Amino acid sequence: MAYDKFEVLTSTAYPLPIENVDTDQIIPARFLKATERKGFGDNFFRDWRYDSEGNAIPDFPLNDAKYAGSKILVGGKNFGSGSSREHAAWSVYDFGLRCVISSFFADIFRNNCLNIGVLPVQVSPDFAQKLFDAIEADPKTEIKVDLPNQTVTLLSTGDSESFDINGYKKGNMLNGFDDIDYLQNMKEEIAAFGETRPF
Amino acid sequence: MSKTLFDKVWDSHVVRKIEDGPDVFFIDRHFIHEVTSPVAFVGLKNRGIGVMYPEKTFATADHNTPTWNQHLPVADPLSANQLEALANNAAKYGISHWGLGHRNNGIVHIVGPENGITLPGSTIVCGDSHTSTHGAFGAIAFGIGTSEVEMVLSTQCIMQPKPKKMRINVNGKLGFGVTPKDVALYIISQQTTSGATGYFVEYAGDVFENMTMEGRMTVCNLSIEMGARGGMIAPDEKTFEYIKGRKHTPKGADWDKAMEYWQTLYTEEDAEFDAEFTYNAADIEPMITYGTNPGMGIGVTKSIPMAEEVEGGIATYKKSLGYMKFNEGDDMIGKEVDYVFLGSCTNGRIEDFRAFCSIVEGRQKADNITAWLVPGSHKVVDQIKEEGLDKILEAAGFVLREPGCSACLAMNDDKVPAGKLAVSTSNRNFEGRQGPGSRTLLASPLVAAATAVSGVVTDPRTLLEEVTV
Repeated sequence: MAYDKFEVLTSTAYPLPIENVDTDQIIPARFLKATERKGFGDNFFRDWRYDSEGNAIPDFPLNDAKYAGSKILVGGKNFGSGSSREHAAWSVYDFGLRCVISSFFADIFRNNCLNIGVLPVQVSPDFAQKLFDAIEADPKTEIKVDLPNQTVTLLSTGDSESFDINGYKKGNMLNGFDDIDYLQNMKEEIAAFGETRPF
Repeated sequence: MSKTLFDKVWDSHVVRKIEDGPDVFFIDRHFIHEVTSPVAFVGLKNRGIGVMYPEKTFATADHNTPTWNQHLPVADPLSANQLEALANNAAKYGISHWGLGHRNNGIVHIVGPENGITLPGSTIVCGDSHTSTHGAFGAIAFGIGTSEVEMVLSTQCIMQPKPKKMRINVNGKLGFGVTPKDVALYIISQQTTSGATGYFVEYAGDVFENMTMEGRMTVCNLSIEMGARGGMIAPDEKTFEYIKGRKHTPKGADWDKAMEYWQTLYTEEDAEFDAEFTYNAADIEPMITYGTNPGMGIGVTKSIPMAEEVEGGIATYKKSLGYMKFNEGDDMIGKEVDYVFLGSCTNGRIEDFRAFCSIVEGRQKADNITAWLVPGSHKVVDQIKEEGLDKILEAAGFVLREPGCSACLAMNDDKVPAGKLAVSTSNRNFEGRQGPGSRTLLASPLVAAATAVSGVVTDPRTLLEEVTV
């Protein structure tokens, strides 16, 4: 499923300074019943955004007008732990975000994000704290995520840090390519390998 | 260089190494279920591509299925739609499908091993993080996302960088009333919920060597709960004994050939790990969680730690206890419980039902407890009946439900109501995991049974007679 290319993104950000946010919070299991990939943004953080009566909780950052329209979410340490549901990454994308910044990501969530065009940016705990502090001081603080140069910059102060991404995945994100296209083009090699497997 | 068990299996499945990128990694066995596969099939259709090896994929309905009156049509239209999509997709592409009501139906991580699909030295994936269960057989098994499900369907490969390697040793003799679930919850409490992120774990030491295959599956199942991609245990005679003669296990000359390979699956003496931890079996007691991730576990007789004593942010810790309606310093023993859930891919096997029965036999379910006892598969149900455990449960006031994932993730009707407290043998105590607003204490089948008959969190050792060997 090709997605829009990701090059440089400059945006305000939603702050979510809670640790160990699991994918059951990002999208609760009861919203996984679709057979098509659409509309998951509505249920993004459903039980943190709405009370049991379905009323929006106004001071939850994702509902807070002062952050509205941000394309980046800055999350606490160990973001995306738990279930492998790709629906969590889809809900990030469908909510309108293209980048999640955290000081630590759970493996499967990070991988799922990269596969669907959401860039996970891992920064140092100190830098993450700087981002939270800056957003708290001014919700209109802009963050620049520069994929070609692999840097993330807090525009208000000029503070910047580089981040890791392997060259292959970086190329995919820059071009909007995905792994399935790559694998489709090496099916003969795979078939030959498959012949050698004992079971 | 000397190789670990993990190196041997991983390296033998690399089709291509991409410079500054992932490995193209070949998958021997692929499980699919109704929740994470439909969108992958839509992807195949949109791209106009097919399934490369339909015989290497196995479909089972489990996440979204009712555990009561399975012979009736599924009432929830969305669930019914997913089950139908799974059946149709399997039929269209020639994939074996064990749907609701099929004799082989059950939780994917229980029916895989039961039917000999899970083999040592193989690579196994499924769109479910508890796929790590199959590592108990010396397989590399882990959860994947739906994009990767589509990759496996269309090319039998995924693209993953090789994880780092961790070994966790537990040596010594487990205490009375201490089960494999407690060993796993203890390890996770030491590692925290993210301590093994980026690693693939090998479990070693005499505690695992002495464990049954069911116990090993429970331990490997929970590897993901400390962030690890998966966990594995070197295959041994117990492993071979378990798989021999099962439906999909190699037979005759193929078995002999496979055995030759399987005997080579161990970590060489001087092989190196990126991280290694050693724990003492004597330090482990029956465990229970008190917070909202599986790393927040303590011995059942202990009290909830003070915020200053735990690793991580104080605000996150207080939010977690606030959700649980618990206070720092609270004792766990004696907390009044509303629900008890026995089941899931973690503890839905025959051994778990035996353990539960060892406590409830001759006792009665407490009046304040709603109990859901959900076997992991029809084969588990059959064995429960064969051993007469159903009679013990019935006499004690319990009812056996039909197989499925059930209240572990509450996608079906088995939802713990808001505010209610459940002791659950499943794998996750996240906020709302067992239903919106539900509160979960993870524990072993023994702790669950002791709680079910007492109505409050109870140390199972107070209800069991110690057998000295």
